[in-house]
Amino acid sequence: MSSIKVRANAQGGSTTVKCLISHPMETGQRKDSKTGKMIPAHFIQEVNAEHNGSNVLTALWGPAISKNPYLSFKFSGGNKGDTLKISWVDNEGKSDSVETKIG
Amino acid sequence: MSMKRRTFLKGTLAAGTVGMAVSAGLLTPRAVMAAWPKDAFEAKSMDDAMQATVGGTSASAGDISIKAPDIAENGAVVPVTVSTSISGVESISIFAKENANPLTSSYMLGGNTEGFVSTRIKMGKTSDVIAVVKADGKLYNATKEVKVTIGGCGG
Repeated sequence: MSSIKVRANAQGGSTTVKCLISHPMETGQRKDSKTGKMIPAHFIQEVNAEHNGSNVLTALWGPAISKNPYLSFKFSGGNKGDTLKISWVDNEGKSDSVETKIG
Repeated sequence: MSMKRRTFLKGTLAAGTVGMAVSAGLLTPRAVMAAWPKDAFEAKSMDDAMQATVGGTSASAGDISIKAPDIAENGAVVPVTVSTSISGVESISIFAKENANPLTSSYMLGGNTEGFVSTRIKMGKTSDVIAVVKADGKLYNATKEVKVTIGGCGG
């Protein structure tokens, strides 16, 4: 089960991409209410989107992006059936990626 | 003799695991950190953050629209959409001026990408949300105030 849900729709020469990533996005400034200890920062730093292998968007994120992040963007030149790849890397070096077809 | 062989095998296995942990666990974050602009995200004032992100602090007003709620009931989830009709957009950065670290996110756009990004940010308190667009080496900005009734940093 991928951590990324993505939907891409081509209409009128423009492709709209919407994605939801499940991730805690901890800021590192929050205390655990039970133990009183600080919860270490854990957040996505970089999200990449590739359309047919060429980069369309690189997002650099700080901890001020909400938990379970949402990202939407548009690009031109996408056709139905093209491959769109979304990937992320967090500050612990973990990563995930997903490939989808533009619908 | 066979005991020694066991110990030897265990030793090599352990060393192998350490080696793998180093290459998998330590080297990748370092490679990531190199690309991620730590200074920009850790800057504490709006000017420092903007300087570190886009390389300048003076921007002119441009055709940028920020769609965000006037009043956000929950500062932990503030939907923000930035769109612009400026041509040749290289990057869009979103700042929350009063946050401890103003820079929330920065987007590098490819050649075919339209001047549009939408995401959800955390805001500690009522603040101006500032979008800075870099297009053909010039900076443009727009501001919208969002009132926050519950802060987003306490969880």
